[in-house]
Amino acid sequence: MWFKKASNFFVGLPTFVWLLIFYALPVLIVFLLTFKPVDSAGGIGAGWTLSTLCELGNPNYPLIIWRTFWLGIVATAVCIAVAIPISYCLSRMSSQLRNVFLMLIIVPFWTNFLIRIYAWRVFLHSDGVFKHLLVLIGLADESTVLLYNQWAVLTVMIYTYIPFAVLPIYAVAEKFDFSLLDAAKDLGASSFYGFRKVFFPGIAKGVWTAVMVVLIPAFGAYLIPDLVGGPTSELVGDKIAQRVFNDRNLPHASALSALLMMAVFLPLIGTVWIRKLKSRKANAEVADA
Amino acid sequence: MRNYTHRSRFPFVMTMLTLVFLYTPLIVVAVASFNASKYGGAWTGFSLKWYERLFQDNAIWDALVNTLVIALIATFFATLLGTLAALALHRSKHKLKGIYSALVYTPLVVPDILQGIGLLLLFEIVLSTFGEWMRRTFGIEMGLGMTTIVIAHITFCLSYVTMVVLGRLQEFDRSVIEAAQDLGASGLYTFFRVTLPIISPGIIAGALFSFTLSIDDFVITFFVKGAGDTTLPIYIQSAMRRGTPAVINALSVIFLLMTFVLVFVTQRLLTDKKGLKK
Repeated sequence: MWFKKASNFFVGLPTFVWLLIFYALPVLIVFLLTFKPVDSAGGIGAGWTLSTLCELGNPNYPLIIWRTFWLGIVATAVCIAVAIPISYCLSRMSSQLRNVFLMLIIVPFWTNFLIRIYAWRVFLHSDGVFKHLLVLIGLADESTVLLYNQWAVLTVMIYTYIPFAVLPIYAVAEKFDFSLLDAAKDLGASSFYGFRKVFFPGIAKGVWTAVMVVLIPAFGAYLIPDLVGGPTSELVGDKIAQRVFNDRNLPHASALSALLMMAVFLPLIGTVWIRKLKSRKANAEVADA
Repeated sequence: MRNYTHRSRFPFVMTMLTLVFLYTPLIVVAVASFNASKYGGAWTGFSLKWYERLFQDNAIWDALVNTLVIALIATFFATLLGTLAALALHRSKHKLKGIYSALVYTPLVVPDILQGIGLLLLFEIVLSTFGEWMRRTFGIEMGLGMTTIVIAHITFCLSYVTMVVLGRLQEFDRSVIEAAQDLGASGLYTFFRVTLPIISPGIIAGALFSFTLSIDDFVITFFVKGAGDTTLPIYIQSAMRRGTPAVINALSVIFLLMTFVLVFVTQRLLTDKKGLKK
């Protein structure tokens, strides 16, 4: 038996060490550098300081943090609102039709991210088809710029994250027992009431996963605001890149990254914790019965 | 009076609208790639000139070669490390298992910009600490470049391999392995003749996954690359910064076709039920 344990130890060791060095250590460094001063050459100075953290309260940071936060929330809300009916629709289809539709939703998800953003730059371009159409029906005039504002950023975010939201909700909805909905109807519930009281609780776990997998990358979005946004729609991700590549202030970049990391890990840890509590409660109830 | 057999059309309409939303920009790009005019605002005739220019552009070919070399090396190591982690996690009941799976699974949700900056800081610190010493004692010049890109790609790809392979391991029937061992097969023999063939579709799917992810990555590469390195995404981004060059339309169409094929093959592999529990 000890032999099996030892062999398992060596099977698992290389990846463990790799991730400790190239994943856990970088996370630690980000947090540590937040408390380091910057030196004149753009490197990291000696000693420790709290000044970087204080500077986060400075002029435009709170605005950008706030914008990142609400754009993330709105994008997530829209994606979930769209993904629930899609998952419902998919899970009630015949399996052949369902595979076709699933593939149609997955393909944009796997298409090169830059290509997708590029497609939006072409689509919303001032000389493009969509603009011409808007001018034709009188919703825009020649001088309207569709790109480089936060609506463009929001649209492309939603576009990018819809498949992220559909997949986890669909995975749960597929296992849902739809005869429960028919039963609710037989008992006189309206479609909406049945959805709210029967279907939604059934897929709640998938919805929560979807919220996580959309909200987290949305908070960290960098390419989308960089390429379809403008100076008035900068997000935390842009600021991190600017601090690294433009003015070479690594502690500042670290402080912003540390903030983002907390925004990612705290809800994640919270979710895991709540699920553990719930399953413990459920187990206790089973034991009581 | 409500009709019981009537089902709301709303979900179906929503699905169709979403598909229109998802595909319209892509179709506009595809059409524009055959348009002689630059932005596709007006159709000025069918033309293959953007494809011709694409194939004549040497910078794109260099970027493509870099992208493929990085993707192949990173996929190989990510598949190896990812599969090992899946095997270890599957068998282990050790108390460190929780930490191990957190290490493997949390990178899946950490935004790429955070992985990018974390790795950049790590590399910068290592270079400023050991770079000078390495040059003096071994004459080795260390710097950001292909090596750091490959290390970064291995790191973010391997979690996906573990996820897919572990999924496959958890689905398959353990009694097959027990049967082999009851018949006197050794541990290694069982692994190579029973376990490996059963999980190989998972390993191949995981490898395809990481190959796609590696080719797709811009953000992490951008952080850890050296000054002169270009990959295809890096090339596209710098071209986009200069405007919307129409050759990228043609490149997009080629990418889309490649994606269709890759998704199709991966789906086939993942739905292969050979050797799985019913």
